[in-house]
Amino acid sequence: MNFPILSSLILLPSIGALFLFFTRSKSENKITVKYVALFTSLVNFFLSIYLWFLFDPTTSAFQFVEDRVWIEGLINYKVGIDGISILFIILTTFITPLCIISVNNSITKRLNEFLIAILVMETFMIGVFCSLDLVVFYLFFEAGLIPMFLIIGIWGGARRVYSAFKFFLFTLLGSVLMLVAIISIYWITGTTDVVQLYELGIDTKYQNLLWLAFFSSFAVKTPMWPVHTWLPDAHVEAPTAGSVLLAAILLKMAGYGFIRFSLGLFPSASEVFTPLIYTLSVIAIIFTSLIALMQEDMKKLIAYSSVAHMGFVTLGIFTNQQQGIEGSIIQMISHGLVSAALFLCVGVVYDRMHSRLIATYGGIITIIPKYAILFMVFTLAALGLPGTSGFVGEFLILMAAFKDNFLVAVLASLGVIIGAAYMLWLYKRVIFGKLINSELKKMIDLNKSEAFTLTCLAIPTLYFGFYPEPLINIIEVSISDLIDTYNFSVASKQ
Amino acid sequence: MNNIELIFPEIFISLSIMFLLILGVFKKDSSKIIHNISLLILLITAVITFNETLSISPTTLFNESIIIDYLSSFMKIITLLAAFVVLLISSNYLRTFKIFKIEYPILILSSVLGMMIMISSNDLIVFYMGLELQSLALYVLATFNRDQLKSSEAGLKYFVLSALSSGLLLYGCSLIYGFTGSTNFNVISTQFNANEYAITFGIVFILVGLAFKISAVPFHMWAPDVYEGSPTSVTLFFTMVPKIAALTVFIRFLYVPFLNLIDQWQMILVFLSIASMLFGAIAAIGQKNLKRLIAYSSISHIGYALAGLATGSNDGIQSSVIYMTIYIIMNLGFFSCLLMMRRNNIYYEQIEDLSGLSKNHPLLSISLLIILFSLAGIPPLAGFFAKFYIFKSVIEQSMYFLAIVGLLSTVVAAFYYLRIIKIMYFDEEKDSYDKDHNLWLKLSLTVSTILILMYFIFPSELIDVVSKINII
Repeated sequence: MNFPILSSLILLPSIGALFLFFTRSKSENKITVKYVALFTSLVNFFLSIYLWFLFDPTTSAFQFVEDRVWIEGLINYKVGIDGISILFIILTTFITPLCIISVNNSITKRLNEFLIAILVMETFMIGVFCSLDLVVFYLFFEAGLIPMFLIIGIWGGARRVYSAFKFFLFTLLGSVLMLVAIISIYWITGTTDVVQLYELGIDTKYQNLLWLAFFSSFAVKTPMWPVHTWLPDAHVEAPTAGSVLLAAILLKMAGYGFIRFSLGLFPSASEVFTPLIYTLSVIAIIFTSLIALMQEDMKKLIAYSSVAHMGFVTLGIFTNQQQGIEGSIIQMISHGLVSAALFLCVGVVYDRMHSRLIATYGGIITIIPKYAILFMVFTLAALGLPGTSGFVGEFLILMAAFKDNFLVAVLASLGVIIGAAYMLWLYKRVIFGKLINSELKKMIDLNKSEAFTLTCLAIPTLYFGFYPEPLINIIEVSISDLIDTYNFSVASKQ
Repeated sequence: MNNIELIFPEIFISLSIMFLLILGVFKKDSSKIIHNISLLILLITAVITFNETLSISPTTLFNESIIIDYLSSFMKIITLLAAFVVLLISSNYLRTFKIFKIEYPILILSSVLGMMIMISSNDLIVFYMGLELQSLALYVLATFNRDQLKSSEAGLKYFVLSALSSGLLLYGCSLIYGFTGSTNFNVISTQFNANEYAITFGIVFILVGLAFKISAVPFHMWAPDVYEGSPTSVTLFFTMVPKIAALTVFIRFLYVPFLNLIDQWQMILVFLSIASMLFGAIAAIGQKNLKRLIAYSSISHIGYALAGLATGSNDGIQSSVIYMTIYIIMNLGFFSCLLMMRRNNIYYEQIEDLSGLSKNHPLLSISLLIILFSLAGIPPLAGFFAKFYIFKSVIEQSMYFLAIVGLLSTVVAAFYYLRIIKIMYFDEEKDSYDKDHNLWLKLSLTVSTILILMYFIFPSELIDVVSKINII
């Protein structure tokens, strides 16, 4: 166990990006540039698969831990993974190559820089899920703003400047309080090492404020109602690959943060604030689902559905039950696959018709049947049909919620129905119906790379829908341990 | 006279100034050679300071009126190096405006001499002497492009307001002298009567004078006009070097004689700090001129440095010094970019002139991007660590309000840095700028960018160096 596999995972994309930086982007070597990026991200993907094989799911201790002194006596560069984080790492390394494949048609200018931004982004995202030190976590968490800001701002749509600024300032504003909290934790306990903090625990009297400070950051990033407004804007204006990264991985950072830090470090505060989370989650589920019903822009609709889905995630996390947290993680993984695929689907038709409005389309089932089939798989997965990964997550979350609070569970279930309504209605309006717009007849069905990316996403969606056991096996022990610690510390405080 | 070798750097620099003056008078067309010799002198002085005084234990000279310790040596080296780089990268700019004259390097040298005296001062009179020496040189530097109305206006404005603040400062000194019977910091610290209000008045007056020199709000009014009007290379000098000296005096004055009166001055510093951070961040939003913008940004940055000083702890001092060091590197990078915005011998300094820079000058714009994100304090760049250390020391003293206001103002400040990035990257391109830049200019930009970008790999080095500063 001497090979620093996690650091390699973190660094490799950046090395690839550095390599691209010194490659002058001329029109003829556009393909080369893309292959370099793709190669880097694929190596990273296989490395993470290798990590999965090495991973021991029978223990909740952190594995592959690397601990180096970074700032003497202050911060250690400490990374390591447990059952909770490994899935997110694999999700990241899985989605990134697909993003890179998908840039084929959509990105025409400055491809080189775009790929650099994506690879740098991958570094930061993996870093977030690996870091076992609060400062290191914060560093990666915040650093991701820079490439994402550029991705939205340079390659985005018409209102890209507004969206990029909104994204950046919202998330930065949320995060600065977390920095205060992290430094405070350092002065209260003398360390920012997560493993040590788990053992030491934080005095109950500080927990509420610290929890709120972390919450302000994660709530914006999740995003929870009412601070979700940046997300639809960012999604709509970002290029397809940007939306995919944003929906599939960036939003998961906050969910991961809730499990790792809010529950892990501040159990008694989490207990106190559970009603708040329940309320906000239920509002998010119902309210944003209703908003999604009214959307005319496909990307915006999916963005609002993301908010609703993340509402389920936060609800599940704070049920503090095995099923709830397992459900949340599976929901996040599933949402990572499904929302990525849905954004890619929107990207496919957008590349052809240059419109994201639902009204533009209709009746294209006969023109592009392959697309219609794959789109349907993901639509059904998004509304949580049994047999898709979306079902497993929502089912587990609702089961845990019913045990904990009947009213919340009933209201959340209502959200499932509205969710089905807007997804099916979207599908109906885009795919079925009469072919009115004659322009649509010129549409070409999926090309090889598009079909490949979407199939890649469809397989795990269906596989884990029928057989979620591999996922649950990995996360089970870590979560039950987390819950034991949680219950123990809550009980000991009372 | 013992230990006279400890002020050898000051002696060397003053002799050199005299020599250069004579050389300039008697040798025709000597501006180039004087420029080069001055560079050499700054470098040699920095090396002497490094070798002679950096590692010695605190020593006082001339009846305790001069102190040589790690803080003073470190700050002197930074001052000298910053002045060195300023001189190094300003030659092309000066030539363009036909102000490449012998006086320029000599004035810079004399202001540096004044600052070195300030940094080493352990006595109100010595401190005032150094302050006036550097200020007089700076007035002339501000008006150096004397054919331009704005430059003369800048110099005059700076002179009038600076003279006023010097007056206040001097009045404060006289109050303190009157009520303690000494101008020496060490003596004052044993002599003063904490219940005497006149002492507090004296401290306030001196703080006002110093706050003026570092352009902390509400004594900042001169800064935007002077920064805008002065030649860009002088602005670069203004934004960094005098602030190092003034900040050192801040540290020395507050922490040596008046540490026991921390209740009195802490509030003032917290106010100055919060006002500077917030005002600098908010006022910069509306600016169109890059130099004015950087003036407000430097006001905001000085607010963070003051936040470190307000803590009253050694950690706070160290974090302020780290902050200033990193700030100087970022500023050097920023101004190197500004000095590269030249087309057909005209320098551009409006924000709009950066429009679409990324298409014609990808390397220049990526450097500026890194510098701006670092100024905004986004990790993993150096600017984040600078702020991190400040807030660490602030929170250590449980000054949560200061920390939260400071962090919120970074969000406001992020907006205008992002606006520049937006103009560079998102907007349509204009004509490209000249690409035949001075080698040193390119080098200074590259080095500062790499330092900012790579700081996170070796963050301990700077801390190790600074952690030897021990005032309390």
